[in-house]
Amino acid sequence: MKYEATIGLETHVMQKTNTKMFCSCKYEYGAEPNTHVCPTCLGYPGALPVMNEKAIELICKAGLLLGCEINPYSKWDRKNYFYPDMAKNYQITQADEPLCLGGEVTVEVEGEMKTFTLERIHQEENAAKNTHVAGASLVDYNRAGTALMEIVSDPCMSSASDALAYMTHVKQVMQYGGISNCDQEKGQMRSDVNVSVKPVGQKELGAKVEIKNMNSFAFIQDAIEYEIDRQISVLESGGTVVQETRGYNPDRGETFTQRTKENAHDYRYFPEPDLMPVKVSKEQVEQWRSELPEMPAQRRVRYVEQLGLPEYDAGVLTASMDVSDWFEETMKHTKNAKAVSNFIMGEMLRLLSEQGLSIADSKVTPQKLAEIIALIDAKAISTGGGKQIFETIFNEGGDPAAIMEAKGLAQVSDDSALEGWADEAIANNPKPVEEYKAGNPASINFLMGQVMKASRGKANPGAVMQMLKQKLDA
Amino acid sequence: MSETHEGMDVGYVAKLACIDLTDEETTLFQGQLDQVLHYVEQLNELDVSNVEPTAHAIPVYNVLRKDEVGTSLNHDDVIANFPSATDGHVRVPKIIDQ
Repeated sequence: MKYEATIGLETHVMQKTNTKMFCSCKYEYGAEPNTHVCPTCLGYPGALPVMNEKAIELICKAGLLLGCEINPYSKWDRKNYFYPDMAKNYQITQADEPLCLGGEVTVEVEGEMKTFTLERIHQEENAAKNTHVAGASLVDYNRAGTALMEIVSDPCMSSASDALAYMTHVKQVMQYGGISNCDQEKGQMRSDVNVSVKPVGQKELGAKVEIKNMNSFAFIQDAIEYEIDRQISVLESGGTVVQETRGYNPDRGETFTQRTKENAHDYRYFPEPDLMPVKVSKEQVEQWRSELPEMPAQRRVRYVEQLGLPEYDAGVLTASMDVSDWFEETMKHTKNAKAVSNFIMGEMLRLLSEQGLSIADSKVTPQKLAEIIALIDAKAISTGGGKQIFETIFNEGGDPAAIMEAKGLAQVSDDSALEGWADEAIANNPKPVEEYKAGNPASINFLMGQVMKASRGKANPGAVMQMLKQKLDA
Repeated sequence: MSETHEGMDVGYVAKLACIDLTDEETTLFQGQLDQVLHYVEQLNELDVSNVEPTAHAIPVYNVLRKDEVGTSLNHDDVIANFPSATDGHVRVPKIIDQ
């Protein structure tokens, strides 16, 4: 029998706010534990939450960027559970009236355009961070109460590639939109994945398995693939897939049972009495819409239409906002977009990936790359020389012109110097000269090589070719 | 685990809330809670079919604050208030990470 998988994602994204969702404690990753806490986020009796207006703006803008409708009326609910990561013993969230409704994401998956629909985006507060040590757990409430939104997709995906394309797009939109940095290492973007499997053509979905709290895209892909295979083999061996919550162990590449339906949580949701509902007017929505920044798709079009870059370049440059911003910064100092693109796609991305760095760490600044390109365009150095300078600055820092001098990379285009080498090459190599004159144009390449050799690579190849042709065709 | 008692099952709710109750306490509280619920049930006699459900009694919306950092609690005071602390963290009995 053939099977098909149904996948839905619940993606948690931490908004880029200065303070927490319901109190004025600072959000700061990596601060000393329990230094950004107050009676509200520690759940002291009598402390009252007050909404962060920036967080509301950011979730609504996220909704607009993902094609959601902004709910004109939304409210807050308590999700009750007893666990040390939430000192109040409940999490404030939005159960039945979230801020953003619907929405969709259209992305290319393996060459095919697919649209994945969203159910909702709701606002909630983050839980504290637990660390487990021998015989005890340690809790840091700095993260408790920070602004966290949950983007819930419909069960509309059918493969790990779908999920990856969806998440990559959502991350891009969040970053470009200024909603979140989505730094997965810092837990700013995490996903729960729902996977079920059914025989092809069957209408009702199979039993749903939820894999909780993964931050790496690679792990999510692996977990989905593992889980689809696991469920199919359960069904094929005549068994029944149990509805449950599973965890993913990246070391073993396997999922494992965490919680079955029998002991599923019962959260006893009820309306949050401490917070008044939110009303968002049409005018407010239009104001936010007018403030939305340019998205990667719009940048790609601009790079192609206004800067004349190939589609491929535009795609690579906009894949990450850091890189795209860096490209744009460089374009303030040069007009040669293709050269900038070539350096970023070639040298820059290669060196960054080899050394595990991000573009913000690069010692080659946008100004320095623009200087290198100016030297190439002025024929002061060859493209190869430019690459050498780039790599030197990347590793050691320094100034392009100074490195050109120090490494003797200055290119010779000066006719008098070239003429000597050209005459010498012609005089010493009568056979290729004969062949060229007899109608074999490729023979000039040998002579060209001789000139380059004589100049120790410093001759400007274009100028050499011109010089040789001038002499041989005369 | 599921709810068996009609109305509200004290034993079940106690488990959800991580409260240990003896059998005597469970029986005692069940009787008391049933009485409270029975009292509140009088509200069911009202016809509310034409009344819009609401989460709040007063029509106030959008109580917001600016995203500006305020004062947090003094770290030493926070630690002093923890039942047990290690390296600035609250120390709790081992929990399984969800």
